[in-house]
Amino acid sequence: MGQAVAFWIMAVVIVGAALAVVFLRNVFRAALLLILCFIAVAGIYITLSADFLAAVQILVYVGAISVLIILAIMMTRGIQKGSPANKLRLPAFIVAAALLGILIYAVTSSTWYISPQPPLTDTTGPLAAKLFSENGYILPVLTGATLLLAAILGAIVITRENKESKK
Amino acid sequence: MTIGLTHYLVLSAVLFCIGLYGALTRRNAVIILMCIELMLNAVNISLIAFSSYIVPQLLTGQVFAIFVMVVAAAEVAVGLAIVLAIYRHFKDIDIDNINLLKW
Repeated sequence: MGQAVAFWIMAVVIVGAALAVVFLRNVFRAALLLILCFIAVAGIYITLSADFLAAVQILVYVGAISVLIILAIMMTRGIQKGSPANKLRLPAFIVAAALLGILIYAVTSSTWYISPQPPLTDTTGPLAAKLFSENGYILPVLTGATLLLAAILGAIVITRENKESKK
Repeated sequence: MTIGLTHYLVLSAVLFCIGLYGALTRRNAVIILMCIELMLNAVNISLIAFSSYIVPQLLTGQVFAIFVMVVAAAEVAVGLAIVLAIYRHFKDIDIDNINLLKW
């Protein structure tokens, strides 16, 4: 019962905030509502008893990614004329609505094998064991670390001022 | 009425389609990146829902969600760096006006 109430509150907040992100004209308010949407998604993770991922969602999305997005909005402030839609509004709406219909039809008409076991309630230790054990996911973890390093270097190189063109 | 796997998957589909519509129609590059983040969050919701309803003792979906988050962080860092570089070059981040590579 409590899970149902929490799910419906979070679902309404997520969908409302996502619609506001797409349709608000003010870019800064859209970013603030995106943060609200991230927090509600963390609540959804908690209703699915994924406590570690809820914490990671708060840390990574609410803490880091939203700060980056707001920084980018502030750096590009001179052209603050809202976020108008382009000419593709009707075809994009048709594509999104058709995809939504297909997805909902596929999800509701297929039968899922629901496991009778209850989900793990404390996921941090088992997740660490899965990620770092020898027959676990240690190679993808190291690859992800390399990807993050490459992304940091790429971001620095792309945003650096070119000294020769300054002269 | 109890909440089942279908509820979470429908919520994920709705969030994904909202993000898709926004990414296709907005002209501000930062808003497009925000919509891509919405779509990645939708995928994470469905992965974790599958993980906790179908293989509740294995956590496979949660591991995949962690990797999606890693890739999302890398993507948003590089994407915003590209947006800032474009802004410095063109003094504009309206995608419709940046058509240098359009054939």
